[in-house]
Amino acid sequence: MAHRLLSGMMNYSDASISASTIAPFLSLEGVRKTYPGVVALDGFSMDVRPGEVIGLVGENGAGKSTLMKILGGVTTPDTGTVIVDGVAHDGLTVEASIGSGIAFVHQELNLFENLDVAANIFFGREPWRAGPLKLVDRARLRALSAPLLKRVGANFSADTPVSALSLAQQQMVEIAKALSIEARLVILDEPTSSLPLAETDKLLDVIRALKAEGISVIFISHRLHEVERVADRVVVLRDGMLAGTLPKNAINHDQMVKLMIGRLLKEREKAAESARPPGTVALSAKAIRTSAYPDRPVDLGVRHGEILGLAGLVGSGRTELARVLFGIEKALGGALQLDGTDLVLGSAADAVANGIFLVPEDRKLTGILLDLSIAQNISLPNLPAHARRFLVSASAEAVTAEKQKRNLGIKAPSVATRTGTLSGGNQQKVVLAKWLAMHPKVMILDEPTRGIDIGAKAEIYGLMRALADAGVAVLMISSDMEEVIGVSDRIAVMHEGQISGILDKEQFSQENVLLLAVGKQPK
Amino acid sequence: MSKKDLGLLILILVVGAVVAIINPRFLLPINLANTSNLIGLFGILAIGQAFVIITGGIELSVGSVVALLGVLFVDFIATRGMAWPVALPLILVLGGLIGLAHGWLITRLKLQPFVVTLCGLLIYRGVARFYTADGTAGFAFGQNFPELEFLTAGRSYGVPNSFIALIVIAIVTWVVLHRSVFGRYLYAIGKNEEAAKYSGIRTGRVVIAAYVICGVLTALSAIYFAMYTRSISPASHGQFYELYAIAAAVLGGFSLRGGEGSLIGVILGTVLLQELQNLVNLLGIPSSLNFAVMGGVILIGVLVDQQWGVFRERRLMLGAARKGAAGAAAE
Repeated sequence: MAHRLLSGMMNYSDASISASTIAPFLSLEGVRKTYPGVVALDGFSMDVRPGEVIGLVGENGAGKSTLMKILGGVTTPDTGTVIVDGVAHDGLTVEASIGSGIAFVHQELNLFENLDVAANIFFGREPWRAGPLKLVDRARLRALSAPLLKRVGANFSADTPVSALSLAQQQMVEIAKALSIEARLVILDEPTSSLPLAETDKLLDVIRALKAEGISVIFISHRLHEVERVADRVVVLRDGMLAGTLPKNAINHDQMVKLMIGRLLKEREKAAESARPPGTVALSAKAIRTSAYPDRPVDLGVRHGEILGLAGLVGSGRTELARVLFGIEKALGGALQLDGTDLVLGSAADAVANGIFLVPEDRKLTGILLDLSIAQNISLPNLPAHARRFLVSASAEAVTAEKQKRNLGIKAPSVATRTGTLSGGNQQKVVLAKWLAMHPKVMILDEPTRGIDIGAKAEIYGLMRALADAGVAVLMISSDMEEVIGVSDRIAVMHEGQISGILDKEQFSQENVLLLAVGKQPK
Repeated sequence: MSKKDLGLLILILVVGAVVAIINPRFLLPINLANTSNLIGLFGILAIGQAFVIITGGIELSVGSVVALLGVLFVDFIATRGMAWPVALPLILVLGGLIGLAHGWLITRLKLQPFVVTLCGLLIYRGVARFYTADGTAGFAFGQNFPELEFLTAGRSYGVPNSFIALIVIAIVTWVVLHRSVFGRYLYAIGKNEEAAKYSGIRTGRVVIAAYVICGVLTALSAIYFAMYTRSISPASHGQFYELYAIAAAVLGGFSLRGGEGSLIGVILGTVLLQELQNLVNLLGIPSSLNFAVMGGVILIGVLVDQQWGVFRERRLMLGAARKGAAGAAAE
């Protein structure tokens, strides 16, 4: 088995040079897939050559997920052909997909945190020791895992528990798993969306290593700069159709964005323009200590009328700070002030009562209740205002929700629609709507545009700016460098639990943010 | 009324009709009155349980609480000469305090509901037995409380007052569960406690309130049970009652994960359980098979419900796929 892979490597070792002359590993021809009321893919064609890194970009709803489902054999196209390794299929089955060497690394990792790396890589395919008990041969398991880990450039050993790994390292394990089944095409679905920048570099290196081995990669990402850095070719999907293909020398950010939506770009610039000078400090943290770094006090103040970007690596303590500011987590020390007066938060309910609202990082787990309707989600934090005596008035809820639905452009059949059926962008708008329906003083947004399409992103930037212009203090936590620089009025950078520096507009640059994020001084 | 509730109602009527055909005594006023009395007693318990299950919790100590509070109530009015209008609210307060303790342990000290209430089950049973020195608590010969007996074990126009009490409580709790702010909070917490917390709901207080309501309703039914049996041997009184209450809720469409179920469902669940009990008696099935019949019917009921859901989903998908294909062809 290993021998086959090795010979494959040799064949494809100079793939990047002669890629165009080699038959593609995968081709899609005129693939069409419809769902009730939606044409998800409409005569889509593309091909992937051995050892080629394809950047696949497109708005949410452009058809990327459907394409992935077809490649994974989870769903079959209505019409069109999928040709893998020279064999034509009307539709792949899951077995055929795996059998022909297509492997997926999903955005949400499927690892067992309580097991070690080797056990995860060979889960369900563990080598056995001889004997009737069929005990797992742990030594062999590790011996088999080690070369795979080396190939992905891992700096951890096979017996490390997965729970001790960083996100990028966990992704390496997933990729090692793909290598262990002799994958010839690895599809990475939004692998970097939750990675800090330094970790992202590692992942991009792994992609390059795969490429050098002649393995094809489809890299799906909303982070266009990363696509720019690693892709040999970019395929842009729009409304289920091929909007365009960019060869290596034509890949650039604006070109991709233009193909993806045609308009935009100006939206973020618009969002960056503040209509008013910042006012007094609204919410301030004085020597607040959180569970992330109990011994490091944080000092930070966000002013009325500004968008304060909070950058930093994942794990630098930003989310914990947000949780303390919203009263979900108790501070281990320090004090909070709201408009100059001391503030004690015993719970999120206290924060809400004081006009401090949080749009949390994890929309589906903490932002909204997927089983409730749009109207019920929006009224939830302010339910007594939607009730006569103590009975909920459905009509009052509907009135509030209709207004928010109009203002925010939430796309849904009605306000009685279950939020679980909405797209990510629309769900995020519901989270915003429930707070906008009240009167925010301080709005904290933790990764507000993660995993949502560019169109919805632009709208959310617009909303944040509108809030700031109305005098609300906006604190935006984001790991998306372009977003932080493009939208903020000031940027505070966190490093290992402390604010390592605050940048004013004229100091904004990716380099400065990065330097502060790793604890160095900006230039 | 939801489709699920309607299905349950039809099942109740069909089973009733079959029993009535085989044994017409099923429809005798005396049998109906007895059965509806039991429905009243168990229904109040089940409603209390429903409040807890909605939040994703469980209350296992119900049977032991019925025994303990029953013993105390009888002791207070029969032996210690306490006036029943004093003893009754006192028992309700005690029930509320038990609920408060459970809720506090679960929300503030983060213990699991199953563990807390399982310990309660053991503790209250033990205390009840200790309190009477394992003897039986009962009324002395000729001891009478006419008003109390009328309210608990009496009848109005042939309808047991316990059943009327259930109807009144059901209406009030229906409004609370399905129309009030508090009810919405309960469902929100059951569906996703974290998200409810992030929406500014004081989830701890709401959950504690659910356990207090369960405690008070359990105390009320403990009084009804005490007045119905009139003598209580604390070693066996109320045994397995928590399971009747949980079974009624599950039959009525409640999910033990929380956030799902209707008040009408839990009442219908109670009715079906008591109907089955009655069926065992009337059809001459050995009463030792009592539990087996109940367990079997619950299992079948839940299974049918589940399969029906799967079937409906599949049909919806097929319909949609057909529509999509037709649309594609038309283009």
